[in-house]
Amino acid sequence: MRSDDERWLDAEAGPVVRPYALTQGRTRHSGEAFDLVATVTVTRARVPDPGALAPEHLSVLQLARAPTTVVDIASDVDLPLGVVRILLADLRELGLVAIRAPVPTKAQQVDRNTLREVLHGLRGL
Amino acid sequence: MAYGGYEQGGAAPRSHRAIKILLAGGFGVGKTTLVGAVSEIRPLRTEEPLTESSLATDNTVGVERKTTTTVAMDFGRITLREDLVLYLFGTPGQERFWFMWDELAVGALGAVVLADTRRLADCFPAIDYFERREIPFIIALNCFDGARRYSAEDIRIALDLDPGLPIIMCDARSRESAKEVLIALVEHVLSVADEPVSR
Repeated sequence: MRSDDERWLDAEAGPVVRPYALTQGRTRHSGEAFDLVATVTVTRARVPDPGALAPEHLSVLQLARAPTTVVDIASDVDLPLGVVRILLADLRELGLVAIRAPVPTKAQQVDRNTLREVLHGLRGL
Repeated sequence: MAYGGYEQGGAAPRSHRAIKILLAGGFGVGKTTLVGAVSEIRPLRTEEPLTESSLATDNTVGVERKTTTTVAMDFGRITLREDLVLYLFGTPGQERFWFMWDELAVGALGAVVLADTRRLADCFPAIDYFERREIPFIIALNCFDGARRYSAEDIRIALDLDPGLPIIMCDARSRESAKEVLIALVEHVLSVADEPVSR
Protein backbone atom coordinates (compact mmCIF):
# COMPACT_ATOMS: atom_id res chain seq x y z
CA MET A 1 0.00 0.00 0.00
CA ARG A 2 1.14 3.43 -0.80
CA SER A 3 -0.07 6.62 0.76
CA ASP A 4 0.22 10.06 -0.79
CA ASP A 5 2.93 10.94 1.71
CA GLU A 6 5.17 8.17 0.49
CA ARG A 7 4.87 9.04 -3.12
CA TRP A 8 7.52 11.74 -2.84
CA LEU A 9 10.10 9.33 -1.56
CA ASP A 10 10.10 6.69 -4.26
CA ALA A 11 12.92 6.05 -6.67
CA GLU A 12 11.36 8.35 -9.26
CA ALA A 13 11.57 11.31 -6.92
CA GLY A 14 15.32 10.93 -6.66
CA PRO A 15 17.55 10.59 -3.65
CA VAL A 16 16.57 12.17 -0.34
CA VAL A 17 20.23 12.80 0.46
CA ARG A 18 22.29 14.32 -2.32
CA PRO A 19 24.43 11.35 -3.34
CA TYR A 20 27.78 13.05 -3.05
CA ALA A 21 26.98 14.12 0.51
CA LEU A 22 27.89 10.52 1.38
CA THR A 23 31.38 11.15 0.13
CA GLN A 24 31.86 14.52 1.80
CA GLY A 25 31.49 16.15 -1.56
CA ARG A 26 34.30 14.23 -3.21
CA THR A 27 33.53 13.36 -6.82
CA ARG A 28 36.84 11.72 -7.71
CA HIS A 29 38.23 8.72 -5.95
CA SER A 30 41.77 8.30 -4.74
CA GLY A 31 44.36 5.91 -6.10
CA GLU A 32 44.45 3.88 -9.26
CA ALA A 33 41.36 3.84 -11.52
CA PHE A 34 39.33 0.66 -11.70
CA ASP A 35 37.00 -0.82 -14.27
CA LEU A 36 33.22 -1.10 -14.00
CA VAL A 37 33.52 -4.86 -13.91
CA ALA A 38 36.67 -5.01 -11.81
CA THR A 39 36.42 -7.75 -9.22
CA VAL A 40 36.07 -6.63 -5.63
CA THR A 41 36.91 -8.97 -2.76
CA VAL A 42 37.25 -8.30 0.95
CA THR A 43 40.69 -8.91 2.37
CA ARG A 44 41.34 -10.61 5.66
CA ALA A 45 42.20 -7.32 7.29
CA ARG A 46 40.04 -6.36 10.23
CA VAL A 47 38.01 -3.18 10.20
CA PRO A 48 40.24 -0.93 12.35
CA ASP A 49 37.57 1.37 13.72
CA PRO A 50 34.03 0.71 12.56
CA GLY A 51 33.12 4.18 13.76
CA ALA A 52 35.34 5.67 11.09
CA LEU A 53 33.27 4.06 8.35
CA ALA A 54 29.90 5.22 7.07
CA PRO A 55 27.04 2.68 7.04
CA GLU A 56 27.38 2.69 3.25
CA HIS A 57 31.02 1.58 3.55
CA LEU A 58 29.88 -1.31 5.71
CA SER A 59 27.14 -2.26 3.22
CA VAL A 60 29.72 -2.36 0.45
CA LEU A 61 32.05 -4.49 2.57
CA GLN A 62 29.21 -6.90 3.29
CA LEU A 63 28.48 -7.30 -0.44
CA ALA A 64 32.11 -7.97 -1.29
CA ARG A 65 32.40 -10.96 1.02
CA ALA A 66 32.06 -13.10 -2.09
CA PRO A 67 33.95 -11.85 -5.16
CA THR A 68 31.71 -9.41 -6.99
CA THR A 69 32.05 -6.49 -9.37
CA VAL A 70 31.86 -2.73 -9.04
CA VAL A 71 28.59 -2.53 -11.00
CA ASP A 72 26.97 -5.37 -9.07
CA ILE A 73 27.74 -3.55 -5.84
CA ALA A 74 26.37 -0.27 -7.23
CA SER A 75 23.17 -2.04 -8.28
CA ASP A 76 22.79 -3.83 -4.94
CA VAL A 77 23.35 -0.80 -2.71
CA ASP A 78 21.30 1.39 -5.07
CA LEU A 79 23.81 4.21 -4.99
CA PRO A 80 25.20 6.00 -8.03
CA LEU A 81 28.22 4.38 -9.55
CA GLY A 82 30.45 7.40 -8.88
CA VAL A 83 29.62 7.29 -5.19
CA VAL A 84 30.25 3.55 -4.98
CA ARG A 85 33.64 4.04 -6.60
CA ILE A 86 34.65 6.56 -3.97
CA LEU A 87 33.48 4.29 -1.16
CA LEU A 88 35.44 1.41 -2.70
CA ALA A 89 38.57 3.52 -3.05
CA ASP A 90 38.26 4.48 0.64
CA LEU A 91 38.02 0.81 1.57
CA ARG A 92 40.97 -0.02 -0.64
CA GLU A 93 43.04 2.68 1.03
CA LEU A 94 42.26 1.10 4.38
CA GLY A 95 43.33 -2.26 2.99
CA LEU A 96 39.86 -3.75 3.50
CA VAL A 97 39.14 -4.67 -0.12
CA ALA A 98 41.20 -5.78 -3.10
CA ILE A 99 40.11 -4.54 -6.54
CA ARG A 100 41.42 -6.52 -9.49
CA ALA A 101 41.20 -5.94 -13.24
CA PRO A 102 38.25 -7.93 -14.67
CA VAL A 103 40.04 -10.40 -16.92
CA PRO A 104 43.66 -11.19 -17.59
CA THR A 105 44.03 -8.66 -20.37
CA LYS A 106 46.59 -8.60 -23.08
CA ALA A 107 46.66 -5.12 -24.57
CA GLN A 108 43.09 -4.64 -23.40
CA GLN A 109 41.85 -7.59 -25.44
CA VAL A 110 40.07 -10.57 -24.03
CA ASP A 111 42.29 -13.62 -24.58
CA ARG A 112 41.32 -16.41 -26.97
CA ASN A 113 40.86 -19.10 -24.37
CA THR A 114 38.42 -16.94 -22.48
CA LEU A 115 36.61 -16.17 -25.75
CA ARG A 116 36.20 -19.88 -26.44
CA GLU A 117 34.89 -20.44 -22.94
CA VAL A 118 32.39 -17.62 -23.42
CA LEU A 119 31.26 -19.14 -26.71
CA HIS A 120 30.89 -22.53 -25.12
CA GLY A 121 28.96 -21.05 -22.21
CA LEU A 122 26.58 -19.13 -24.47
CA ARG A 123 25.83 -22.18 -26.60
CA GLY A 124 24.97 -24.07 -23.46
CA LEU A 125 22.51 -21.51 -22.14
CA MET B 1 29.18 -19.73 0.60
CA ALA B 2 31.68 -21.59 -1.52
CA TYR B 3 33.56 -18.39 -2.40
CA GLY B 4 36.33 -16.65 -0.56
CA GLY B 5 39.33 -18.30 0.96
CA TYR B 6 41.75 -20.34 -1.06
CA GLU B 7 41.56 -24.03 -1.73
CA GLN B 8 44.14 -25.86 0.23
CA GLY B 9 46.96 -27.68 -1.47
CA GLY B 10 45.46 -27.39 -4.95
CA ALA B 11 46.39 -25.18 -7.85
CA ALA B 12 45.97 -21.44 -7.48
CA PRO B 13 42.26 -20.60 -7.54
CA ARG B 14 40.92 -19.34 -10.83
CA SER B 15 40.05 -15.75 -10.58
CA HIS B 16 36.58 -14.38 -11.05
CA ARG B 17 36.43 -13.19 -14.64
CA ALA B 18 34.02 -10.57 -15.90
CA ILE B 19 33.53 -9.90 -19.61
CA LYS B 20 31.93 -6.74 -20.97
CA ILE B 21 29.80 -6.62 -24.09
CA LEU B 22 28.37 -3.32 -25.28
CA LEU B 23 24.99 -2.91 -26.86
CA ALA B 24 24.60 0.28 -28.85
CA GLY B 25 21.99 1.77 -31.10
CA GLY B 26 19.46 4.54 -31.28
CA PHE B 27 16.80 5.32 -28.74
CA GLY B 28 13.97 2.76 -28.69
CA VAL B 29 15.73 0.25 -30.92
CA GLY B 30 15.33 -2.54 -28.36
CA LYS B 31 18.60 -2.54 -26.42
CA THR B 32 16.97 -3.07 -23.04
CA THR B 33 14.59 -5.64 -24.54
CA LEU B 34 17.49 -7.68 -25.87
CA VAL B 35 19.41 -7.48 -22.60
CA GLY B 36 16.29 -8.58 -20.73
CA ALA B 37 15.64 -11.46 -23.11
CA VAL B 38 18.93 -13.17 -22.42
CA SER B 39 20.10 -12.06 -19.01
CA GLU B 40 19.24 -11.09 -15.50
CA ILE B 41 18.65 -7.38 -15.84
CA ARG B 42 19.90 -5.08 -13.11
CA PRO B 43 19.34 -1.36 -12.64
CA LEU B 44 22.30 0.96 -12.35
CA ARG B 45 22.28 4.60 -11.29
CA THR B 46 25.00 6.91 -12.26
CA GLU B 47 25.22 10.44 -11.03
CA GLU B 48 28.23 11.69 -12.84
CA PRO B 49 29.90 14.99 -12.20
CA LEU B 50 29.39 17.23 -15.22
CA THR B 51 32.58 17.53 -17.17
CA GLU B 52 33.82 20.70 -18.82
CA SER B 53 32.65 19.44 -22.19
CA SER B 54 29.15 18.56 -21.04
CA LEU B 55 28.91 21.90 -19.26
CA ALA B 56 29.48 23.53 -22.62
CA THR B 57 26.60 21.68 -24.26
CA ASP B 58 24.16 21.52 -21.36
CA ASN B 59 22.41 24.76 -20.76
CA THR B 60 22.99 25.22 -17.07
CA VAL B 61 22.03 28.90 -16.86
CA GLY B 62 19.87 29.30 -13.79
CA VAL B 63 20.88 25.92 -12.43
CA GLU B 64 24.51 26.70 -11.76
CA ARG B 65 24.50 24.57 -8.68
CA LYS B 66 23.70 21.45 -10.63
CA THR B 67 27.12 19.90 -11.06
CA THR B 68 26.07 16.31 -11.56
CA THR B 69 23.90 14.68 -14.17
CA THR B 70 21.93 11.51 -13.62
CA VAL B 71 22.12 8.74 -16.16
CA ALA B 72 19.94 5.74 -15.45
CA MET B 73 21.02 2.66 -17.28
CA ASP B 74 20.58 -1.06 -17.07
CA PHE B 75 23.02 -3.83 -17.38
CA GLY B 76 22.50 -7.53 -17.81
CA ARG B 77 24.41 -10.31 -16.16
CA ILE B 78 24.81 -13.81 -17.55
CA THR B 79 26.61 -16.25 -15.31
CA LEU B 80 28.27 -18.68 -17.70
CA ARG B 81 30.22 -20.38 -14.96
CA GLU B 82 30.83 -19.60 -11.36
CA ASP B 83 34.04 -17.81 -12.29
CA LEU B 84 33.00 -16.44 -15.68
CA VAL B 85 30.31 -13.79 -15.93
CA LEU B 86 29.17 -11.82 -18.95
CA TYR B 87 28.01 -8.25 -18.49
CA LEU B 88 25.86 -6.58 -21.12
CA PHE B 89 25.77 -2.82 -21.12
CA GLY B 90 23.23 -0.90 -23.13
CA THR B 91 25.04 2.31 -23.87
CA PRO B 92 23.03 5.51 -23.59
CA GLY B 93 22.40 6.58 -27.16
CA GLN B 94 22.86 10.33 -26.98
CA GLU B 95 26.22 11.75 -27.89
CA ARG B 96 26.42 13.71 -24.66
CA PHE B 97 26.82 10.42 -22.82
CA TRP B 98 29.90 9.42 -24.73
CA PHE B 99 31.98 9.85 -21.61
CA MET B 100 30.12 6.75 -20.40
CA TRP B 101 30.93 4.92 -23.62
CA ASP B 102 34.62 5.60 -23.24
CA GLU B 103 34.55 4.05 -19.83
CA LEU B 104 32.45 1.08 -20.95
CA ALA B 105 34.56 0.44 -24.03
CA VAL B 106 37.85 -0.13 -22.22
CA GLY B 107 38.58 -3.84 -22.18
CA ALA B 108 35.23 -4.73 -23.77
CA LEU B 109 35.09 -7.97 -25.71
CA GLY B 110 33.12 -6.27 -28.45
CA ALA B 111 29.87 -4.56 -29.32
CA VAL B 112 26.52 -5.25 -30.89
CA VAL B 113 25.04 -2.37 -32.85
CA LEU B 114 21.31 -2.87 -32.81
CA ALA B 115 19.59 -1.28 -35.78
CA ASP B 116 16.02 -0.63 -36.83
CA THR B 117 15.61 -0.61 -40.63
CA ARG B 118 13.08 2.21 -40.32
CA ARG B 119 15.63 4.45 -38.65
CA LEU B 120 18.92 3.15 -39.92
CA ALA B 121 20.73 6.47 -39.54
CA ASP B 122 20.34 6.23 -35.76
CA CYS B 123 23.12 3.69 -35.57
CA PHE B 124 25.69 5.71 -37.58
CA PRO B 125 27.30 7.32 -34.50
CA ALA B 126 27.73 3.92 -32.83
CA ILE B 127 29.32 2.40 -35.96
CA ASP B 128 31.68 5.38 -36.27
CA TYR B 129 32.58 5.11 -32.62
CA PHE B 130 33.51 1.42 -32.71
CA GLU B 131 35.30 1.69 -36.06
CA ARG B 132 37.46 4.54 -34.81
CA ARG B 133 38.43 2.69 -31.66
CA GLU B 134 38.88 -0.61 -33.47
CA ILE B 135 36.43 -2.36 -31.18
CA PRO B 136 35.04 -5.44 -32.94
CA PHE B 137 31.30 -5.22 -33.54
CA ILE B 138 28.46 -6.77 -35.46
CA ILE B 139 25.16 -5.37 -36.69
CA ALA B 140 21.95 -6.94 -35.42
CA LEU B 141 18.80 -5.84 -37.22
CA ASN B 142 15.90 -5.91 -34.85
CA CYS B 143 13.04 -7.09 -37.05
CA PHE B 144 10.08 -5.14 -35.80
CA ASP B 145 6.66 -6.42 -36.71
CA GLY B 146 5.38 -4.67 -39.80
CA ALA B 147 8.73 -3.15 -40.75
CA ARG B 148 9.82 -3.80 -44.32
CA ARG B 149 12.46 -6.52 -44.55
CA TYR B 150 15.73 -5.79 -46.26
CA SER B 151 18.51 -8.16 -47.17
CA ALA B 152 21.73 -8.04 -45.22
CA GLU B 153 23.46 -6.87 -48.38
CA ASP B 154 21.09 -3.90 -48.78
CA ILE B 155 21.94 -2.94 -45.22
CA ARG B 156 25.66 -3.40 -45.81
CA ILE B 157 25.52 -0.98 -48.72
CA ALA B 158 23.33 1.48 -46.84
CA LEU B 159 25.69 1.50 -43.87
CA ASP B 160 28.88 1.28 -45.97
CA LEU B 161 30.19 -1.68 -44.01
CA ASP B 162 33.15 -3.94 -44.69
CA PRO B 163 32.28 -7.21 -46.47
CA GLY B 164 33.48 -9.29 -43.52
CA LEU B 165 31.31 -7.58 -40.94
CA PRO B 166 28.46 -9.83 -39.80
CA ILE B 167 24.94 -8.51 -40.18
CA ILE B 168 22.28 -10.67 -38.61
CA MET B 169 18.52 -10.45 -38.26
CA CYS B 170 17.11 -10.81 -34.78
CA ASP B 171 14.06 -10.52 -32.62
CA ALA B 172 15.21 -8.71 -29.50
CA ARG B 173 12.31 -10.18 -27.52
CA SER B 174 13.38 -13.77 -28.08
CA ARG B 175 15.87 -15.39 -25.77
CA GLU B 176 17.12 -17.75 -28.50
CA SER B 177 17.52 -14.91 -30.94
CA ALA B 178 19.35 -12.73 -28.41
CA LYS B 179 21.62 -15.66 -27.63
CA GLU B 180 22.39 -16.08 -31.35
CA VAL B 181 23.34 -12.40 -31.52
CA LEU B 182 25.86 -12.79 -28.70
CA ILE B 183 27.24 -15.99 -30.21
CA ALA B 184 27.65 -14.25 -33.58
CA LEU B 185 29.58 -11.45 -31.86
CA VAL B 186 31.96 -13.78 -30.01
CA GLU B 187 32.54 -15.80 -33.20
CA HIS B 188 33.30 -12.58 -35.04
CA VAL B 189 35.74 -11.46 -32.34
CA LEU B 190 37.48 -14.84 -32.59
CA SER B 191 37.73 -14.63 -36.38
CA VAL B 192 39.08 -11.08 -36.22
CA ALA B 193 41.68 -12.27 -33.71
CA ASP B 194 42.75 -14.94 -36.25
CA GLU B 195 43.46 -12.43 -38.98
CA PRO B 196 47.02 -11.27 -39.59
CA VAL B 197 47.56 -7.89 -38.01
CA SER B 198 48.38 -6.13 -41.30
CA ARG B 199 45.97 -3.34 -42.06
